[in-house]
Amino acid sequence: MAGRRRTGIGTGRPSPYVYAILAVVLVGSVFPFYWSFLIGSGTASTIYDQNLSWWPGGNFFANAQEVINNPAVNFWKALTNSIIVSTVTAASTVFLSTLAGYAFAKLRFKGSGPLLVAVIATMAVPVQLGVVPLYIAMQEFGWTGNIGAVILPALVTAFGVFWMTQYLSQSLPTELIEAARVDGCSMLRTFWHLGLTTARPAAAMLALFTFVTTWNNFFWPFIVLDQQSPTLPVALSLLQANYFVDYSLVLAGVLIATLPLLLLFMFAGRQLVSGIMQGAVKG
Amino acid sequence: MSTITAPPEDGSSERTRHRQDTLTWRQRRGQWDVKYSPYLYILPFFIVFGVTGLFPILYTAFISLQDWDLVRNSGEYIGFAQFSWVLQDREFWIALRNTFSIFLLSAIPQLIAATLIAAVLDANLRAKTFWRMSVLLPYVVAPVAVALIFSNMFGEKYGLINSLLNDMGLGSILWKTDVIPSHIAIATMVNFRWTGYNALILLAAMQAIPRDLYEAAAIDGARAARRFFSVTIPQIRPTMIFVIITATIGGLQIFDEPRMYDTGGTGGANKQWLTITMYLYNIGWGKFNFGRAAAVAWLLFLIIVGITLMNNYLTRRFVSGDEAVKKAKKTSLKLSTKGGK
Repeated sequence: MAGRRRTGIGTGRPSPYVYAILAVVLVGSVFPFYWSFLIGSGTASTIYDQNLSWWPGGNFFANAQEVINNPAVNFWKALTNSIIVSTVTAASTVFLSTLAGYAFAKLRFKGSGPLLVAVIATMAVPVQLGVVPLYIAMQEFGWTGNIGAVILPALVTAFGVFWMTQYLSQSLPTELIEAARVDGCSMLRTFWHLGLTTARPAAAMLALFTFVTTWNNFFWPFIVLDQQSPTLPVALSLLQANYFVDYSLVLAGVLIATLPLLLLFMFAGRQLVSGIMQGAVKG
Repeated sequence: MSTITAPPEDGSSERTRHRQDTLTWRQRRGQWDVKYSPYLYILPFFIVFGVTGLFPILYTAFISLQDWDLVRNSGEYIGFAQFSWVLQDREFWIALRNTFSIFLLSAIPQLIAATLIAAVLDANLRAKTFWRMSVLLPYVVAPVAVALIFSNMFGEKYGLINSLLNDMGLGSILWKTDVIPSHIAIATMVNFRWTGYNALILLAAMQAIPRDLYEAAAIDGARAARRFFSVTIPQIRPTMIFVIITATIGGLQIFDEPRMYDTGGTGGANKQWLTITMYLYNIGWGKFNFGRAAAVAWLLFLIIVGITLMNNYLTRRFVSGDEAVKKAKKTSLKLSTKGGK
């Protein structure tokens, strides 16, 4: 696809209007962050200011510090929890999805067709459907309030299995596996050396998407976790309850909680873009 | 070709003779390896799904027929009483209305905007990656964070949007009091996060369109707009259907944005923006009535399945032009043969 020079609608270099539209979209994407910074760098009364300046105030760090140091928000705990939950989930999803995807894509076994259909069918099931019994079960195990309760259901996803199956069935030549087998590789070694190696680009994408999705996930963590040990979105939801009048603190808190993912986006945004575009072509 | 003649090992001739019935440990292990490894590889998925997916779903069905006691953690069978309670509850219908309203207000403008942005990104741009990344930026922000920011901008008295409206000489809109304005505000949060994401999916579909289609259309005298509607749109139709279906499944489950739209999180004073999932949450973890919450969960699932099927039917019928043409041809063929007889 690289180096292709063609345009969908027009031909040659696009008109300035195209860039004007894109600039508007760009402003739309960035403006809410700027607005948060504007309010978050002011004081409690900034929002009520009739002649609000478009230049940020100087209180951002003081506001951020106040949020971080507020014991009710539990910021550091939330940050640590989010990092642990997202990292563990991403790593385990990638490994287990690659394992299952390899089996579905490249190994012949009885019932593989219907089993793959079963995996895909589970994608259509909304989380809400299982949330009540899952909560009861977590209560029985004594896991409510524990991030284990958030990690366990996300250890591997149907989407991940489907994604890796698609990728491996296209990218890993079956002859290669047969050759490895003839050379005396065990099944597991064949997977380790061929499956995992070939899957690396798709695995990186899957890790990235799983990380972002888990980091932003709210519904189930909100149900099962509490203020003592929240993830960042859960802590954010408490921010508003804690400071419902002082938006300068709320929005400063929103920005510092969003900062880790903005940093991730700076380094991996390109990969996210191509991941979405590749997934679209295959799916 | 050279044959390797290894010195015969002890008992090797023995082994060949009895290959069928006496396999060595190594061979047997190899057979098992081939036979059972695949199942072992897919097992983790099915264990996780079984424990956190299938079991809860079945158990949800079971609980939904019970008057669940939270203290004893057990229930009493009461048939479909929970379902009929929910179906007779006014709040359920309000929540259903709000969910659909928010969904339509987000899905339709979002799809149109995403298609237009995709078309613009499909032009032969300078700094392609930069523009693509710029539309995706909102996607990495948590819905909860997005909701807090927008909830502030849509504030009734001191919000940015209303001050801008006032500056333009227009009156304030009661974003947190009136039904439709609150839905628009929530739909805006959804659109902010997902439009760019969907635009990239549609862009990928646009780039897969064969170039000669455009050339042929251009030769036939089709201008840019005509090429867009007669070549681009029909070609990306399957992807559009995919986007619509995922937007539907996600949209009907909406929780984060409306939950964070005000400080209470109960959907407004008159439940103006209460959604089905919020309703489920309020019953399950506000009133701790798990039997009833389970019934709501099943109703939500049935609604999603129903809408997805309807979606399939409608898109097949109305969106897919050539199938309609095929059908029309078939019917005309039928009619003509009938007439011939």
